[in-house]
Amino acid sequence: MLRRDPTRIELRADDLVDFERSREEYLESKAKLKDQHRKFRSATTGPPPTPAGRDLRSTTASGSGTSSGVNNSREPRPDPFEIAQQERKGKSTAERVLARATFSTYSPTCLAAVHDGKVAYTADKFPHLKRDHSFKKLSEKDISYFKSILASSSITQDEEDLEIFNSDWLRKYRGQSKLVLKPSSTEQVSKILKYCNENRLAVVPQGGNTGLVGKVEKYDKEMQKQMLHATHNAIYFITGGSVPVFDEIVVSMSSMNSIRNFDPVSGALVCDAGCILEVLDKYLEERGYIMPLDLGAKGSCHIGGNVSTNAGGLRLLRYGSLHGTVLGLEVVLPDGTILDNLSTLRKDNTGYDLKQLFIGAEGTLGIVTGVSILSPKRSKAINVALLGLNSFDQIQATFKRSKDELSEILSAFEFWDQEAIKLVKEHLVAGAKDPLQSTYPFYVLVETSGSNKDHDDYKLNNFLEGLMSDDIVQDGVVAQDTTQIHNLWAIREGIPEACSKAGAVYKYDISMPVPVLYKAVEDMKERLVSKEVIGDGKLFTSVIGYGHVGDGNLHLNVAANEFSQEATNLIEPFVFEWAAKHAGSISAEHGLGVSRNNHLHYSKSPTMIQLMIKFKQLIDPNGIMNPYKYLPDV
Amino acid sequence: MASNLRIVVACKRVVDYAVKIRVNAAGTAVETANVKHSMNPFDEIGTEQAIQIKEAVEKAKGKVDVIAVSCGPSKAQETLRTALAMGADRAIHVETDDDLQPLAVAKLLKAVVEKEKPDIVILGKQAIDDDSNQTGQMLAGLLNWPQATFASKVELAEKAMTVTREVDGGVETIKTSLPAILTTDLRLNVPRYASLPNIMKAKRKPLEKLTIADLGVDVKSRLEILKVTEPPKRQGGKIVESVDELVDKLKNEAKVL
Repeated sequence: MLRRDPTRIELRADDLVDFERSREEYLESKAKLKDQHRKFRSATTGPPPTPAGRDLRSTTASGSGTSSGVNNSREPRPDPFEIAQQERKGKSTAERVLARATFSTYSPTCLAAVHDGKVAYTADKFPHLKRDHSFKKLSEKDISYFKSILASSSITQDEEDLEIFNSDWLRKYRGQSKLVLKPSSTEQVSKILKYCNENRLAVVPQGGNTGLVGKVEKYDKEMQKQMLHATHNAIYFITGGSVPVFDEIVVSMSSMNSIRNFDPVSGALVCDAGCILEVLDKYLEERGYIMPLDLGAKGSCHIGGNVSTNAGGLRLLRYGSLHGTVLGLEVVLPDGTILDNLSTLRKDNTGYDLKQLFIGAEGTLGIVTGVSILSPKRSKAINVALLGLNSFDQIQATFKRSKDELSEILSAFEFWDQEAIKLVKEHLVAGAKDPLQSTYPFYVLVETSGSNKDHDDYKLNNFLEGLMSDDIVQDGVVAQDTTQIHNLWAIREGIPEACSKAGAVYKYDISMPVPVLYKAVEDMKERLVSKEVIGDGKLFTSVIGYGHVGDGNLHLNVAANEFSQEATNLIEPFVFEWAAKHAGSISAEHGLGVSRNNHLHYSKSPTMIQLMIKFKQLIDPNGIMNPYKYLPDV
Repeated sequence: MASNLRIVVACKRVVDYAVKIRVNAAGTAVETANVKHSMNPFDEIGTEQAIQIKEAVEKAKGKVDVIAVSCGPSKAQETLRTALAMGADRAIHVETDDDLQPLAVAKLLKAVVEKEKPDIVILGKQAIDDDSNQTGQMLAGLLNWPQATFASKVELAEKAMTVTREVDGGVETIKTSLPAILTTDLRLNVPRYASLPNIMKAKRKPLEKLTIADLGVDVKSRLEILKVTEPPKRQGGKIVESVDELVDKLKNEAKVL
């Protein structure tokens, strides 16, 4: 029988007054936050910025020192108990969040010194990051324990070998890990985490380390393909999420790489987290299926890493995000508990959908060891057309029409601008031959995938003819064979690499409603032009825009001659504020990692961030999982 | 440079270059049902070459008529539309569901050539499905025309053509009178994309349909295919634990020591 829980206090009229007050408090904190931003912006002219945030941070730290919560030994870490205590002392949650948010505004973007060989340590580039001294330093005893549970070939301590795991492919992030473990079973992962949790050893889970938010592994493809892959991988590690910051232990999933089960009727695939995306795709290809996600990095990235970063990529428009296609996960929690949720059910409305919490958690809540994913049927007929257009309005008109006329066979709708094609032509052999006769301000790549080529051809031809005769599209080409399809895609996939060859590139990955998508590029350009910092011999060389129109996702790249604080201050936080103002997200598919975590408040409310911190506290009370990342520094 | 030219380009519809080839269940042929087909890449290069010649000659106020020809099932018309979209002027489709071997194709092309009287016939050096590398040479023999095979560079003069061909260990440059047969190698050019305006124009270009009976050619197969098999699967590599084990394996398994 259901009964009212007598321990719960009944609602009284006074409580309503309290609610009203907390609402006021919240609004007030928002206003304060805005004020702090304004102050900060006016203060950014002098290096290095010392806004009020610095002081607030120390207040926070000393405040937590008085707490007697679980985290007593680890002062800088926030704690719900501690927060509750503070609130009791008259300091509101809103103020604490405000403190955090204010501090974050001057979080530096990485000023990489890539030019002279060795990459600077992430810790040096992000001076506000301090090693958490509550984490134990690795000792011989720890290593002998790991030797007792793992084969000797699964333990890497050699300095040169470690370098691969300590840096990302973009050579933007560099950690100082002294130990890499490569468990080959879920049980081993469980034992490792249990030990690390009990001994307060910090851990960084690593997949293929291709992410732009922070992971890297070796590429086994021929050079050019490698670079193409790498550049796309870059998407997931641009924010430094899978690379250690200090001496965290790297747990590499590369040895857990078997396919556990495939159901040829439903298309449900169950596999280890360390399976390489391309290997899975090849496996499914033989069975007439396809992985629901595709990335330039597919030759090296792991499915577990894809899930942990909620990788988007080229097929998202068609098959949706991993939040929809992942059917279940097997996760090892920080205390070693194995959470077996490897369901293959499409429908399961029982209880909280826990797996969703781990998708895109960037390894901060545990290590994904197994993935159950729904694979769609592989399309038999694929067509690709490249179009040249005069304005972003024409792109939108084309997109609208493609949804009308191509509808269910539309599988990709990508765009790039003139600056992007210019760089591809300058820097890449693959894109050297421009398929169109003359240049256009905008380019669109449309892909269709269907089951019947005649049907698809008919639809695509009608669609393209309509666009031409209505003067929406100026010119275009249609790939006549698979080689041409690859070559057209190579232009789009080559843009990130071409940009990185153009100099120091500030990369932003923002999402927003499609109508304002390109306005971000124009506004950025206008800002830099009005400040007279763009052009020959100036600070910046170009502003490049490309991305997934279908997903409202813009990759905004700002190319500078070199990374500098001055350059950073000109584009940040402008770009984040721009995204927030236009109801967008500051990180559409690149995640947060170590470089975007302090910008989270531009996309999420204090209430939401607070709840996230509580989840983290609940699942990882010692904070050993992928520390210094994802959630705002405190 | 020749002022008026007619060029015939042979275009074969084959399994797409990027498709992984599978042998059919009976082990008699490559599986072609439900497999993506495209124009033979060497024929695509041939078409591109014909159009480049056309563009160069017409720039010098000449006139060039490029005719794309394909022999095969009705789907071969897709391949011809591609050639037309690239820039060919008209197309001839010799429709048949019969399996055509190189000699049969050469005879059909000979009949087309006698009808159209071109100055140059361009073919891919081989089709990527059967890799025969015979049709161009057979056609030259049947017509008793000179042939320039494996061309990597072509220069046209009045009633003559200078062709650089790739041979073992280097290149060879030959000069031939016209009419002549030209077969293309990979490095001759990079075929263009079919542009939207040209794809639309291609729909209105003439495509003539002929049957084998129209041409009066015997296409009966002279060769019988006994068996088609896939190459043996590559064995995975092994990681050895020690030098001794490696030496042992080299001696006893690989038998190279």
